[in-house]
Amino acid sequence: MIFYIARRLVWTIVVVLCVIGITYVVFFKLPAGNPALRFAGKAPTQQELHEIEHRLGLDRPWYVQFGKFAYHFFRGDQYGWPGLGYTYASGASVKSLIVNRAPRTLFLIAGAAVLWLFSGVAIGVISAVKRRTVTDRVAMGFALFGISTPVFWLGLMMLYIFWRQLGWAGGAGYVSPTSDLTGFFSHMILPWITLAMLYSAFYARMTRNNLLETLGEDYIRTARAKGLTERRVILKHGLRASLTPIVTMFGMDIALLVGGAVITESVFNLQGLGYLAINSALTQDLPIVAGVVLLAAVAVAVMNLVVDILYAFLDPRVRYA
Amino acid sequence: MTNPPEFQVSSGGAVAIQQPVSIARKSPSRLFWERFRQDKAAVAGAIVILILILIAIAGGPIAEALTGHHPNDIVPNSQDDFGVPFGPNSHLWFGADAEGRDLFVRTMYGARISLFVGIVASGFAVSIGLIVGLTAGFFGGVVDTILSRAADVLLAVPQILIAVGIVAACSTTKQGCLGGVLQPGLPVVIFVITLFSWSYIARIVRGYTLSLREKEFVESARAAGATNFRIIWREILPNLLGPLIVYTTLLIPTNILFEAALSYLGLGVPSTEASWGSILNDASQLYDVAWWLMLFPGAFLIITTLAFNLLGDGLRDAFDVRTER
Repeated sequence: MIFYIARRLVWTIVVVLCVIGITYVVFFKLPAGNPALRFAGKAPTQQELHEIEHRLGLDRPWYVQFGKFAYHFFRGDQYGWPGLGYTYASGASVKSLIVNRAPRTLFLIAGAAVLWLFSGVAIGVISAVKRRTVTDRVAMGFALFGISTPVFWLGLMMLYIFWRQLGWAGGAGYVSPTSDLTGFFSHMILPWITLAMLYSAFYARMTRNNLLETLGEDYIRTARAKGLTERRVILKHGLRASLTPIVTMFGMDIALLVGGAVITESVFNLQGLGYLAINSALTQDLPIVAGVVLLAAVAVAVMNLVVDILYAFLDPRVRYA
Repeated sequence: MTNPPEFQVSSGGAVAIQQPVSIARKSPSRLFWERFRQDKAAVAGAIVILILILIAIAGGPIAEALTGHHPNDIVPNSQDDFGVPFGPNSHLWFGADAEGRDLFVRTMYGARISLFVGIVASGFAVSIGLIVGLTAGFFGGVVDTILSRAADVLLAVPQILIAVGIVAACSTTKQGCLGGVLQPGLPVVIFVITLFSWSYIARIVRGYTLSLREKEFVESARAAGATNFRIIWREILPNLLGPLIVYTTLLIPTNILFEAALSYLGLGVPSTEASWGSILNDASQLYDVAWWLMLFPGAFLIITTLAFNLLGDGLRDAFDVRTER
């Protein structure tokens, strides 16, 4: 077990290193044009440009730049750990920007995750139990619609109907829960539902398929033959086994959303991490993008590790070797 | 009472063959068709997709001829005095967009870009995924380790952010990036979608190849002296066809939505080459006063992805491919 965890840990670090590499190539090597131009005023002289390039370390060979980038990430810089540098545009620390925006994204993910986990699994169970009935068809129709609908379209429709037309929810924008709790919920409810809808559809389909497969197993027949109630057979014996892959998926989905809830954040103008990264990418403020990408990748890698270890505990069939 | 035939007595589980009535052997493809035809939703999906492909090919020019409006031209008398576009009327069937262009003509042309990107990117992704998955699954060893780990890393990066980064980096100058290989617009969009979808196919192909490799018919082919290439080509590939068709069909709607998402963020194809995503991006500024801007392109987009998903689900049942996410 210890060996298994240690090996997974090493692999996690390798993944993070690879992501640092990809981030560096995509955001620092790929773009045409000189980032130093962003710091220089209008019509800079050659000498001014050289000075800025020197200050940013852009005059060094790429492997030195990359080495410094990776070194600062792991060892920290003048703004503390992890070292993510400062933004091109304002010179502020990337870390403080990220710390500032992170709660918005985390609140969005937390609320949506609770919604989609419970609704998705419930819909899937009902659908599997009432297989081939009208209920099943309606539920699976909903799920199909959920995976076929673009999130931004759904979000804008939600805003149009529940904010503009009915006035039941607050509109776009973020309200801090510490300043106005009601306002916070009223502004978050639509983003939560929008984001949860897509995932709920996936989870419902997955739960239904897994449960149907499990219910065909011999031990379910045994459980029924013992005279257990149908409720107990399904919830205790069937669902337990079908839920293990869903635990894995749930962990990964949450982690992926740290940098991936871009669309929901921008439709509802929540200005979270993804939105921050996209806007910075468009203005070529690359250290911010790199910081968010790295944070998101670390979240995925760590969650992957957690899920794998959890899985080994949950499912005795998993070998540690 | 006459004695039952011997084989009925000897094994309790065996089914007795009553009369030697002529039993026609059903080929796998015939079984497939019989099952597929029963699935009304999947057949409907297939018909809708055919219609959409026709729209993609001819819909734009026909709409242009019918209305006399070019997709990028501002139609006179399409906005009120405050610049708010007019809704659907006899003159503009789907209404006008924020710039005063004919939404009907643009939506019809949009089918072309959306389907093109979705299908071409999926085609590339499936080709790469097939080669990588086959190599990794069949030969195993170091190749498998490297390829599987590369796929792992790709799954760990925040796709949409890296995608945005690449598209943004390649769109700053006309030359694009990677020495002009990646041009701004459609090529870079197709590139990023391919980049993030091949590993999905590769993992599935690898899994199937791993189990097919151990099957008796592969062993017998090897015993008969078949080369690796022949085994892959004649024994493995035909058995991968079903899953490949299913997962390609399911990948296309995902990629159409990916393109739409990139376009929504303003990073897809330029607005002059209307795709449903870029039309919806334009619409997002005015959605609360001009519902038709969201409704028509959105409906086309959803009908398209729904049709592909229905077809994919039906194909999976008909091919009897095991389900995973």
